[in-house]
Amino acid sequence: MEIVLISLLNGFVYGMLLFMLASGLTLIFSMMGVLNFAHAGIYMIGAYVAFEVSRMVGFWPALIIAPLVCAAIGAAIEVWGLRRTHHNGHIAELLFTFGLFFIIERGVQMVWGMLPVPYRVPTALDFPLFNLYGINFPAYRGFMLLIAGGMLLSIWLLLTRTRIGLIIQASLTHPNMVSSLGHNVPRVFTMVFAGGCFLAGLAGVIGGNYQVTEPSMAAALGPIVFVVVVFGGLGSLAGCFIASIIVGMLQTFAVVVDFSLSDLLGGLGDWIGTKNLLGEILAVPVSRIGPLLPYAMMVLMLLFRPRGLMGTRDT
Amino acid sequence: MNAPPTTSAIPAGQRADAQPARRNWIWFVLVIATAILPWLFYDWNTGRHSGFLLTMLSQMGMMIIFSLSYNMLMGQAGLLSFGHAVFFGLGGYSTIHFLNAAEAGSLPLPLELMPLMAGLAGLGFGIVFGYMAAKQRATAFAMITMGIGELIATAAIMFHNFFGGEGGVSANRMIERSLFGVEYASSIEVFYLILAWTLLAALGMLFLTKTPLGVMANATRDNFERAQFMGYDPRRIRFLQFALSGMFAGIGGGLYAITYGIVTFDAVAAPLSANAVLMTYIGGATIFYGPILGATLITLLQSGLSLLSNAWLIYVGVLFISMVTFAPAGLAGMIQAHAPVSRAGRMGRLVVPYIRLSIPGLATLLGFVGLVELSSFLTIGEAQGKTLVLFGSKIDVHETMPWAVAVGLLVLGGAWLRFEVKSFALIWDEVTADLKQRSV
Repeated sequence: MEIVLISLLNGFVYGMLLFMLASGLTLIFSMMGVLNFAHAGIYMIGAYVAFEVSRMVGFWPALIIAPLVCAAIGAAIEVWGLRRTHHNGHIAELLFTFGLFFIIERGVQMVWGMLPVPYRVPTALDFPLFNLYGINFPAYRGFMLLIAGGMLLSIWLLLTRTRIGLIIQASLTHPNMVSSLGHNVPRVFTMVFAGGCFLAGLAGVIGGNYQVTEPSMAAALGPIVFVVVVFGGLGSLAGCFIASIIVGMLQTFAVVVDFSLSDLLGGLGDWIGTKNLLGEILAVPVSRIGPLLPYAMMVLMLLFRPRGLMGTRDT
Repeated sequence: MNAPPTTSAIPAGQRADAQPARRNWIWFVLVIATAILPWLFYDWNTGRHSGFLLTMLSQMGMMIIFSLSYNMLMGQAGLLSFGHAVFFGLGGYSTIHFLNAAEAGSLPLPLELMPLMAGLAGLGFGIVFGYMAAKQRATAFAMITMGIGELIATAAIMFHNFFGGEGGVSANRMIERSLFGVEYASSIEVFYLILAWTLLAALGMLFLTKTPLGVMANATRDNFERAQFMGYDPRRIRFLQFALSGMFAGIGGGLYAITYGIVTFDAVAAPLSANAVLMTYIGGATIFYGPILGATLITLLQSGLSLLSNAWLIYVGVLFISMVTFAPAGLAGMIQAHAPVSRAGRMGRLVVPYIRLSIPGLATLLGFVGLVELSSFLTIGEAQGKTLVLFGSKIDVHETMPWAVAVGLLVLGGAWLRFEVKSFALIWDEVTADLKQRSV
């Protein structure tokens, strides 16, 4: 029971982190049709900038400065990069961000080295928040939930209660109509791109010390975020939220489940043995299959329901 | 130069048909030259070939097969795959198991035919995964292939029977069974095997572009709905193209396994898939020989530049991005754009503009390389205890002077380059307009 509760909390924290990344990505993807490969790279930049800033002036300024830096980088990418490749089609735009991710990853390796940097949780938040069945729940995770929840609320307010939010919502489904009505759709694109990068940077600030700040963090998280976006469906923030939580829960729960398929099969599993490939597949415990699950989920979803969980149109 | 990919692809094929003799002798000469090249670097004193050169040429052969097979999807069918290394790697893993079986005596096959077996394995996996991936196109296709790629890469570390876990699987290529009585003990013999298979595979893929399947793949790429209206099932075309592309990638993987004798999960992992995208796009996806140029260039950079610079992957990335932005038809597209000018004998008019273009271009390049290298020596180089040496004199990366020179070159060269590009575009338009008038 205590394992279930702890995993539930951890999965929720991880899911919220995923949602911070995925929400920006899904907005960009739905509006511009560009699957931004560099998004996880921006997340990594956010973490590294936060590390540098927190070393110089402290964690709290970093919480604001790093996302702003990321937003500026995002706006620059959109204005000077994507807009120029736009006339070559979506594939060219996708490849542009793909190349950009490549450069960001190598650049980070070059500047900060291959090893993890010591980006740590601020001392003000480094205490156990409460105690659950003898296991401490760190205050920093609570803080992460607070930030993510605050972000969720402000996105929702921005999208539903402000004029610009309504334009963004309309551009999600009818970009041509919005443009015909005289709105500056390219500027909306830039804003959404910068906003998405702001969120990715914020996720980097609070995720960098929750996980490890190292050059491979982007390549590890990037595909998972794609899974969330595709699974949740295009043009739906609610679907994206649900998918984030599902993937977060799956990944944390898979680690603690020690079943394997051959346990379920009982005697049949013993009969197959573990010497052949089939037996080996069956004998692997769920805890080790964990990393495979999101990709299997995505492939299955694309095969049978290409529009995702709550998407409005096919990917 | 900035012609849209779809329009430049078709005339290229027509031109190739119109003058086969004039175009093909270049490739004939190149193959002969490659076959002779190792002997030019033969060390008569020790009686050894240059190991560096042979490794590089062998790697080139595999990468040419790999990127050509990738282009069957990207360039010819308009399908962006992010998991192509799966077929290369699985072909490699299968070959290791075939080699072990041959050594144990249960598979009586000569080594020369092992790549064919690898190709069949690739075809098998291509059929299985193609059944899934071919259901979708565009971004959904890209995501499915990425998912499959991640699944296989993760599985390769997890399962030991077939993949050997983190250590990989290994085999001995000297199975003492050969069609020509060759032992394949030295790498020059393996190199000729690779050369022969590269030629065979490239010709096979060239042949496929001329078949109805190849033509219909182009049709579904250019106008998906019209191809459907003509009564062709785009799914079936995608499926066939995907499976065959898997087969050729498998051949490349088989050669990889034979050359190195060990296959680890690197051969199926995402970086190799990314390499396929880079090589194919930089070379030029819309023209058949583009990936050959791309694979050659990237392998050259990989084995040459990586020795000189810590930051060589940054250069590859920047090259890729500038190709995407400025020359979507790749290197081959740039060459192809000059073909009509050269046929009309007007190349002379472009010499001076090109020289004018190359001076600021070189300055910008130098400035950029200087900045990247300076910062790389500030961080990685310092950790490795290296110092930057240029023209025989040491350069202190903590002084402002080298940085100022690099920034100056980049900014001034860039501004000058912009100006020159504009005037070059004017001359280019003039020349091509002139050509059009003459042909009318």
